[in-house]
Amino acid sequence: MFDLKGYGWMLWDGVQLTIAVAVCAMAVALLLGLIGAWGKLSSAPATRLAAETYTTVIRGVPELILILIVYYGVPTLIQDVAATMGFDIFVDFNSFIAGFLTIGFVYGAFATEVFRGAYQAVPRGQIEAAYAIGMSRILMARRILLPQMWRFALPGLGNVWMVLIKATALISVIQLPELMRNTDIAARAVRQPFTFFFAASLIYLAITVVSMVVQQRGEVWANRGVRRS
Amino acid sequence: MELIWKSLPRLFDGALLTVEITAVSVALGLLAAVPLALLRLSHNPFLRLPVYAYIFYFRGTPFIVQLFLIYYGSGQFRDTLESVGLWIFFREAYFCAVLTLTLNTAAYTAEIFRGAIQGVPFGEIEAARACGMSRGLLYRRIILPKALRLALPAYSNEVVFLLQTTSIVSIIALLDLTGVARVIIARSFEPYKLFLTAAVFYLVMTYGVLYIFKKVEFWLSGHLRERPDDSVKAAALR
Repeated sequence: MFDLKGYGWMLWDGVQLTIAVAVCAMAVALLLGLIGAWGKLSSAPATRLAAETYTTVIRGVPELILILIVYYGVPTLIQDVAATMGFDIFVDFNSFIAGFLTIGFVYGAFATEVFRGAYQAVPRGQIEAAYAIGMSRILMARRILLPQMWRFALPGLGNVWMVLIKATALISVIQLPELMRNTDIAARAVRQPFTFFFAASLIYLAITVVSMVVQQRGEVWANRGVRRS
Repeated sequence: MELIWKSLPRLFDGALLTVEITAVSVALGLLAAVPLALLRLSHNPFLRLPVYAYIFYFRGTPFIVQLFLIYYGSGQFRDTLESVGLWIFFREAYFCAVLTLTLNTAAYTAEIFRGAIQGVPFGEIEAARACGMSRGLLYRRIILPKALRLALPAYSNEVVFLLQTTSIVSIIALLDLTGVARVIIARSFEPYKLFLTAAVFYLVMTYGVLYIFKKVEFWLSGHLRERPDDSVKAAALR
């Protein structure tokens, strides 16, 4: 049953690539999220404006359009700019890199909001107290801010991860052989589209279930120091 | 620049289809979501569990997989569908797109409503029962109107996500905004100019939807705002 007419291995290869893309994209999203949250909370108006523009624009444009812009648009843009300066070059993007960078860039905007909320959830008094006993900014961030921010951010980041892993299926449109793309190829070859797409959907469902379990464990772990009634 | 200018009318047509598909799916999804949310909260496991499974499936899998499952997957059952006369629907990309979008948004919306219905303060339900309201009247007058208000912020996000999800229907060759942009690009080889223009269209539509919801939210929360200060107006008149 799991053999899928000899195409089971193809789906398995796809799953591995899907997870690889998702993990790389999540790393990008976390990094951009931290930078974005720092920008939004910064006292400099220019940084605030930049971070605000980033989240506003990303949330208003579909991922598919952004993937197509990055994969097809950016290389031609570079070529056009080079052509006006008198260079004739050919730029081509690797679909893996274009894929995870775009997905990471999109979900970085969502992670920004999560981190900003988590920062604001840390009681001000604790930060003041840390400075009062003479901690430096870095020590304060390391010992007071970040350990508590993770706790507040974890539910939101779990949601971002679960939406992100589903969004990786869109990278199939730029021919990256991840789960969705490989399923499509196999379904066309065997002419059993329902069987194959249903199998793929169950694999995505399984990834979601595993993510939910890990998230719950993670939240218990992060909240182990909180008193409960 | 001239290309963008010339493409604007066609992009506008595409945007109209995007709005149309979104509006139809939102309306149908909303109609389905309220009963689904009530079934999801039912105490009868035979009603609750199938709805739970449906919601879980559609929230846990990517939209593009659902779309391919319905559009291409229905081809596997072509003979059966033909014999019951449903094939004329399933062979249309438009029908499959709207069907999948509706099923998808109904699942997300039902879950939003479930949370909102559970968020109605118990004291209000108790008070309604104390007044002798029947179950139907209780739902119609107390629980659903209150839940609708509670659900509105999360629901506006869902509508925005749905609007953006519709761009995926361009993959099954529907000429929505993304689809039109892709067709023009296939002929003109100017990807970034047209995709960026399409992105601006989406940006405007997204913030248009959010603006409408803000108005609705304001309109529905009149009882929570402070009464306008009459003394100021009275003083001005004097």
